[in-house]
Amino acid sequence: MAEVVAPMVGKVIQLLVGEGDEVEENQEVVMLEAMKMEMPVVAETGGKVTSIKVAEGQSVEADDVLVIIG
Amino acid sequence: MSDFITRLESVFSQTGFMNLVWEQPVMWVVGLAFVYLGIKKNVEPLLLVPIGFTAVLVNLPLAPLMTDELGQVVDLVTGQHSDPGLLWYFYHYGFEKGEIVPCLIFLGLGAMTDFGPLLSNPKTLLLGAAAQVGVYTAMFGALLIGFTPQEAAAIGIIGGADGPTTIYTSMQLAPHLLGATALAAYSYMALVPIVQPPVIRALTTAEERGRVMKQTRKVAKSERIVFPIAVAIVVILLVPPAAPLIGLLMLGNLFRECGVVERLNDAAQNSLMNIVTIFLGLGVGATMDGTKFLQPKVIGIYLLGLFAFVFSTGGGVVFAKFFNLFLKNKINPVIGAAGVSAVPMAARVAHSIGQQANKRNYLLMHAMGPNVAGVIGTIIAAGLFIAMLK
Repeated sequence: MAEVVAPMVGKVIQLLVGEGDEVEENQEVVMLEAMKMEMPVVAETGGKVTSIKVAEGQSVEADDVLVIIG
Repeated sequence: MSDFITRLESVFSQTGFMNLVWEQPVMWVVGLAFVYLGIKKNVEPLLLVPIGFTAVLVNLPLAPLMTDELGQVVDLVTGQHSDPGLLWYFYHYGFEKGEIVPCLIFLGLGAMTDFGPLLSNPKTLLLGAAAQVGVYTAMFGALLIGFTPQEAAAIGIIGGADGPTTIYTSMQLAPHLLGATALAAYSYMALVPIVQPPVIRALTTAEERGRVMKQTRKVAKSERIVFPIAVAIVVILLVPPAAPLIGLLMLGNLFRECGVVERLNDAAQNSLMNIVTIFLGLGVGATMDGTKFLQPKVIGIYLLGLFAFVFSTGGGVVFAKFFNLFLKNKINPVIGAAGVSAVPMAARVAHSIGQQANKRNYLLMHAMGPNVAGVIGTIIAAGLFIAMLK
């Protein structure tokens, strides 16, 4: 099981995957925004998305869990 | 009847058409070019649109907008003097008297600036300082070309990538260059995404660019409140001429961080900032009289400005690499380029370059440290120049 965490403080502007989706390593799963820059967050390992912990529009801090991949 | 014809002749001779000098239509093109850049190309529109348009206005003859050197508008037909015009008052009270406009811009910028990334990694203060090297090299370059020390200092400050500091220094040391230095500064700040990447790539390896930096510690609220107070006191004690700039920058930051003056914070960031930006456009545009602006030295200023930006970028990156020799947790040298304090543009550029080298690399907040430190560095450089050369 792997957690995809926020690499820095920002706002979740788009969820790029849904619960149950299969993802590959380095696939973009969440789009964050900070200082008017869009930053994709990628999955470190492949697997199935078991849980999405954040909603679009939510502000997050560094190391907050965004997505869990089982 | 002949009296009527005389009056008609006199009105005709007072029209602008009869009194044009060649510099004026040229300035219409220059001013409109800046308006075009602002509107069509989105180059700093909040500044270039008012400056460009006002530059056109002041190059329309006999319009009661500015003055001659005596502070009066001279009627070319009757030789009579009249009072200074509308724009002169914006220039005089916004810039000549106490530099209210650039300082209020800094009040707003301080309220908009988050010094957290700098506080959580204080080493980056040195990166901000290192990136000022372009200021000094441009200044020497200007001296070599033949500018006076005061002019060279004002031109050098362009390399600090700070509009208000550039304006402030020009007004103190070389007011006749205000239009040229301000426009050069804002033009190059908008060009940061184009100017910086080649310099950064030339000085770093792909492996260095891809280096991921550890997340930095959280900063306590008390630190955020003490910081602006301490910095203002220390900097003003060291470099008193910098007081108006650093004082208002830090006051704005205190508004932001103390949390109990949200109305003032909001006004500083929004309504005040917007209003003062309009005054800035009017005041700077008002100085762009073609007979003063269109000189060969203006091209020199633009070239030196570019030179300053390139050297500052390189200086920040090279210093970061040097600094790494002494560090266990190595810095990604790309963030050194963000010491060129075009906030937050240079930090965004650093982030993009990091991302291109390594998708897992999120340099944005790390780069904000040197980015905001550079603002303070440029203010100190400006204060030193003013202290030495005024």
